[in-house]
Amino acid sequence: MTNLLIALVVLLTIAAMVQLVRVNELLSEITNKDTNEVTDEDNNQNGILFIIIGFGFLAFVIWQMITWDHLLLPPASSVHGAEIDGLMKVSMTLILVVFFALTPMLFYFAYKYRGKKENTAYFFAHNNRLEVAWTVIPTIVLTALIIYGLRTWDRAMNPDVSDATVIEVYSKQFDWTARYSGTDNVLGDANFRLVEGRNTLGVDINDKKAADDIVVREVHLPVNKPVLLKFRSRDVIHSAFLPHFRVQMNCVPGLSTQFAFTPTKTTAEMKENEGEDFEYVLLCNKICGSAHFNMQMKFVVESEEDYNKWINSQKTVQNTLTLK
Amino acid sequence: MSDHHHKETFITKYIFSTDHKMIAKQFLITGMFMALVGMLMSAVFRVQLANPGEYSVLYNLLPGGWVSEDGALNPDKYLALVTMHGTILVFWVLTAGLSGTFANFLIPLQIGARDMASGFINMLSYWFFFLATVILMSSIYVEGGPASSGWTIYPPLSALPEAIPGSGTGMTLWLLSITIFVVGSLLGGLNYIVTILNLRTKGMSMQRMPLTCWALFVTAILGVLSFPVLLSCGLLLLFDRSFGTSFYLSDIIINGEALHYAGGSPILFEHLFWFLGHPEVYIILLPALGIVSEVIAVNSRKPIFGYKAMVGAILLIAFLSFIVWGHHMFMTGMNPFLGSVFTFTTLLIAIPSAVKVFNWLATLWRANIRFTPAMLFAIGTVSAFITGGLTGLILGDSALDINVHDTYFVVGHFHIVMGLSAIYGMYAGVYHWFPKMYGKMMNKTLGYLHFWLTFICAYGVFFPMHFLGLAGLPRRYYTNSSFPMFDGLSDINEIITFFALAGAVAQAIFIFNFVYSIFKGTKASKNPWKSNTLEWTTPVERIHGNWPGELPVVTRWAYDYSKPGAEEDYIPQNVPLKEGEEEH
Repeated sequence: MTNLLIALVVLLTIAAMVQLVRVNELLSEITNKDTNEVTDEDNNQNGILFIIIGFGFLAFVIWQMITWDHLLLPPASSVHGAEIDGLMKVSMTLILVVFFALTPMLFYFAYKYRGKKENTAYFFAHNNRLEVAWTVIPTIVLTALIIYGLRTWDRAMNPDVSDATVIEVYSKQFDWTARYSGTDNVLGDANFRLVEGRNTLGVDINDKKAADDIVVREVHLPVNKPVLLKFRSRDVIHSAFLPHFRVQMNCVPGLSTQFAFTPTKTTAEMKENEGEDFEYVLLCNKICGSAHFNMQMKFVVESEEDYNKWINSQKTVQNTLTLK
Repeated sequence: MSDHHHKETFITKYIFSTDHKMIAKQFLITGMFMALVGMLMSAVFRVQLANPGEYSVLYNLLPGGWVSEDGALNPDKYLALVTMHGTILVFWVLTAGLSGTFANFLIPLQIGARDMASGFINMLSYWFFFLATVILMSSIYVEGGPASSGWTIYPPLSALPEAIPGSGTGMTLWLLSITIFVVGSLLGGLNYIVTILNLRTKGMSMQRMPLTCWALFVTAILGVLSFPVLLSCGLLLLFDRSFGTSFYLSDIIINGEALHYAGGSPILFEHLFWFLGHPEVYIILLPALGIVSEVIAVNSRKPIFGYKAMVGAILLIAFLSFIVWGHHMFMTGMNPFLGSVFTFTTLLIAIPSAVKVFNWLATLWRANIRFTPAMLFAIGTVSAFITGGLTGLILGDSALDINVHDTYFVVGHFHIVMGLSAIYGMYAGVYHWFPKMYGKMMNKTLGYLHFWLTFICAYGVFFPMHFLGLAGLPRRYYTNSSFPMFDGLSDINEIITFFALAGAVAQAIFIFNFVYSIFKGTKASKNPWKSNTLEWTTPVERIHGNWPGELPVVTRWAYDYSKPGAEEDYIPQNVPLKEGEEEH
């Protein structure tokens, strides 16, 4: 029944359009003018529409910026993230200035120079000074932006990790597991061929460094302490995305990747600002299969004291997997 | 040259035609059909995103088994739709549909040639494309569904049927289809290059070529240099899938079983893929920008401002497009120094892009604009190019990319700068050259209606996506209801879906106008837009060989509009210079 109705609506719409066009053509026969020729009236109407709809679009953009501002991610909860936010602010300001300068100019020109039969356009084919100006100015602005960007990138990618807590983040379809490196702060060897039963990460239980490793399904981090995340994947490419910390890195089977950062705000502090429901969360941000949209793990940032209490209550690999 | 007196049968005229004008129409109609399919797919997944898990009447369009018994779309079929939408729009519509149509149609007509260098190879290029289309469409109906690992088909997801059902037969057909597609597009591309280099009529120096031909020429070069890399990239994936090699695979456990693959790297695939993938962006964009330059000049009744700078910008963009592919891979764990290099080269593209925008604005300045539907779409392209191009400064900056990579910010960015710009450019081209293609005029009023509805809806769809991205929402999520942090975003999703459906309906106006005008449109005159380029010196009735007598001789560039001292506000390229007249 619905299909029939839809078909009916489609047919009626087509019939209506045919009639519209027919009327147009009959009119053209009566007045002996080609109705498809663009008239001054058409130019006038479309010029005015560029003002109304064009500037309406700009108003829509401003409305979105005001209405949806509260939905955007809160300021970064990490040291390098704050620097990225600074760069973002500068870049965003720049592109908004250019956007709000050029777009109105385009729509205004369309309106202002709308054609009239008696007018003639101004023959103006080139001007080297103008070309040089609008090549050089963007070049200078971009050079500054590139230098600022590269410095931020360099600092984010090469932090001091000498005293960072090492944690492995392990991905598979469709969940995350983490492994703390324990008191020696060194991860024990692991190999995908050793994955079996409860040893879901393929930890080499004969490796002494593995004995104190701790496998968990929820990550806790001490605030203001650097942490080095090392990523592995066992099946397809996943991407570890921690939007609140401005952290993202792909997890690639057969390849080891990493990202270091220092969290600066505890979960409790965030709850105060963002509401009781707030949690730091790790998402998968690379298409990985049917449940890609629900691949997550909770992150908790807390005081060092709370963190120590938590980590000491967790079982080590030595305790969970039988060692020889 | 082909003999234009020989008798044409139905088959040689409409099916296995070697006439570039007919082949162009074949590309256009196939491209339009695929655009319709791709658009309907997006309508289906937009409905899912607005009302996750709920039944929609649009689901009746889907093959059996894609919707569960309680009426919800299957998550892996959501991914299938996203993948096919991307593949169809990027390759079928905006590569073959755009370049195939306008390179075929315009190159011989605008440079003054009777046909392409090889009509037969040109015909083959279409039929390879057609075969690829048939294979791609049939892959929708195979067991497991079509390819579902995103249009970028990153392995291992695309290599292992155990990882996602679409990576079975559907993926094999996808690879087969793309392989044939690349063969077709290479045959076409070589033909375009050879034709432009060898068959320009007397007086048509490279410096006098219309910007459309320049753009199509550079596009063809980009295609010839980059598509073979996609071909080899796909073939290696086929080897990994079918013959047990390990080019891209290593250290994999799936369904609890360790696979034999060792030593391969999925990152190698990404490098090969994006070595095509980034030039591909400009293979899509440049023809549209060329069309827009032409349409803006004709309808502004002014020469295009800074012709030489426009050509230079095209060449510079094309060159840079080969050394920026790594900006798609900032988050793969590649050496941060390499990331720095790619940030540097990527942001440089903003310079020639800015030059193009300023030149278009300067062309509109003190113009006498005639708003044909084509002109509206051309201005729409400039607007989309500004809006979408600017967000590229965020994404191209590796430090900022950390947090917007693979989010809806990217989806908004490329749909505006590449999708909208190119689609608007394509519409501008169709409205502008329809009288030459079919000898009829398209209805003006329907054209206006089509533009304004599309313009409103398109920004309504894609602009809000930036906010989703800045809220951290990843792309390719079946629903965002699994994360409480995204709960506030459902309003935005509903707005986007509303505009997407309205925009889809608006395209029906165009399809109707197109089909109706072919059969019933008012008859076109020889040069309805009072344009300078050579195609408007050919007769209205289509003939094989383009010009009934001698080929025109070119004496001036294509942009003598409103030239002081001339009687009319245009001087076609084949009108000799007056005594004492300077060439612009």
